[in-house]
Amino acid sequence: MTTDEFEQRAPAPEQWARAHSSAEFVALRRRLRGFVFPVAVLFLAWYLLYVLLADYAHGFMSIRLFGNINVGLVLGLLQFVSTFGITALYVRFANRRLDPLAGKVRTELEGEEE
Amino acid sequence: MIRLAQDAGLEGSNPAINISIFAAFVVVTLVVVLRASRTTKTASDYYAAGRAFSGPQNGIAISGDYLSAASFLGIVGAIALYGYDGFLYSIGFLVAWLVALLLVAELLRNTGKFTMGDVLAFRMRQRPVRAAAATSTLAVSFFYLLAQMAGAGVLVSLLLGIGSAVGQSVVIAIVGVIMIVYVLVGGMKGTTWVQIIKAALLIAGAAAMTLWVLGRYGFDFSALLQGAVDKAGADGQRLLEPGAKYGTSEISKLDFLSLGVALVLGTAGLPHVLMRFYTVPTSREARRSVVWAIFLIGLFYLFSLVLGYGAAAIVGPETIGDAPGASNSAAPLLAQALGGPVLLGFISAVAFATILAVVAGLTITASASFAHDIYANVIKKGEAEDKQAEVRVARITAAVIGALAIIGGILARNQNVAFLVSLAFAVAASANLPTLLYSLFWRRFNTTGALCSIYGGLAVAVVLIVFSPAVSGSETAMLSGVDFHWFPLENPGLVSIPASFLLGWIGTLLSSEHNEAKYMEMEVRSLTGAGAEKASTH
Repeated sequence: MTTDEFEQRAPAPEQWARAHSSAEFVALRRRLRGFVFPVAVLFLAWYLLYVLLADYAHGFMSIRLFGNINVGLVLGLLQFVSTFGITALYVRFANRRLDPLAGKVRTELEGEEE
Repeated sequence: MIRLAQDAGLEGSNPAINISIFAAFVVVTLVVVLRASRTTKTASDYYAAGRAFSGPQNGIAISGDYLSAASFLGIVGAIALYGYDGFLYSIGFLVAWLVALLLVAELLRNTGKFTMGDVLAFRMRQRPVRAAAATSTLAVSFFYLLAQMAGAGVLVSLLLGIGSAVGQSVVIAIVGVIMIVYVLVGGMKGTTWVQIIKAALLIAGAAAMTLWVLGRYGFDFSALLQGAVDKAGADGQRLLEPGAKYGTSEISKLDFLSLGVALVLGTAGLPHVLMRFYTVPTSREARRSVVWAIFLIGLFYLFSLVLGYGAAAIVGPETIGDAPGASNSAAPLLAQALGGPVLLGFISAVAFATILAVVAGLTITASASFAHDIYANVIKKGEAEDKQAEVRVARITAAVIGALAIIGGILARNQNVAFLVSLAFAVAASANLPTLLYSLFWRRFNTTGALCSIYGGLAVAVVLIVFSPAVSGSETAMLSGVDFHWFPLENPGLVSIPASFLLGWIGTLLSSEHNEAKYMEMEVRSLTGAGAEKASTH
């Protein structure tokens, strides 16, 4: 990668390799994947379930719960709730559990050349 | 989602008010764009606004980019006419953002510089992968662009009462020229400010109308639904239940499933959305942008649920269906019923501004991809003498794309091009997303795999669309009088997305190429932000 307008010395290949096998990086990758993969599977499955219900279970979705509010509307609004909820959970997780580790690996790499 | 243009304008609409509010928007944004142009000097300024926007600012701009006229007028109209089935769209559009948040945004920001091609080509052979990435970027942007410009034609006739072909063409050309000026003069910084202003107007306008509608029903959503049911007449109850639009046959149900999959996986592969992540200084700000975008977009879709049922209850599906522009006139008609010609003028101007801003965002993305991926890295082999030449090429490309959009918009003026938006999403979900995910998370992935998933996904999606009922052989098809369709679904996602994943996997196994050093560098970069492009200081 070439640099743009400002000086930015790129770390050498061996430095990337060393960072890649460092304990911090291995832990960081495990933490990230351990969170995002299961959560992605979960919300995609929940979304797919919702789409299939709306598509094929009209009777169930039309059951009235209170007033004119039926199951379909509540499940649809729950998709909003779960989206907002997962967003908040991920941000909390990333700020607390990912950023400090990522910062450590980054400082080690970028600091090495000073 | 956008219907055929009709000849007459909307009854009660005052074109003078509409035009003056829109002109005020153009003047204000042009001043902002001119100010932004003073600090646009380098390539990083032009493509990525110097990476100097904050997360919240970028989040607002992303929602501006994402909430196109199709999603504003289209979703409100679909809910007003089809009730619950209209609501289904917005859920797919929203949940899709979790894919971007969890799997793509931050890693992309850490690894790339200006385009999607930067990330896809990072550990691959540069030239073929960049050429492929640029091809799919240009394809997605162009399909999306054409749909927006055709939508502009519908809006013109609807809101300005301009029915003649020449008159509409002139207005489309004016819209296109203003957009080209935004992009040429303001670059990414100017375009971003246009998005921010437009998003603020759109969301504020929708919020005000939502409160107004709810206020009429004593802030009781159930009473509003009852109003919609009563107004619709005998079979009004169907508005509250799924199936009014997609439940008619087994094929249409399958089509809905296909659409749902393409919507949820397409967003994180839309090049103009991806490019926005480069306008912030760090991956942490990229994360904040997505959080703001999810919040604003979610809020907007909740508003549109109220507005859709509000239009059904206050205006009535019959009046909307008979109005010029049919379902697209639901939101403007509701504005008129609530606040008279002034509110109608405001909402009309916002709808115009929306088209203008989205088209500008698409144009800068397509031109950046051509200049950065094709010109600098494929033609000049990454040894371009100076960045200024690359930016010059980007500006020329933007003007050319803008001109093509104007011509395309004029030609597509009376066409049913609704399928173009779903095609853009299907191509983004089939060509871009699998390739992005593989290259970020799969160690073994290589050049052959990337080429197979990009070109394969693109080809399968385009071929299936061409031979679908959206193009020929149905009442709503683009071409009438001929029938060469053999693929039963209007949306190809259900087939083309798995096909692309599969092709990428097979292609990878066919080649033994593997660059371990680059792989390790990319993974460390993407997860930690080490060596990432910083914000420029001026």
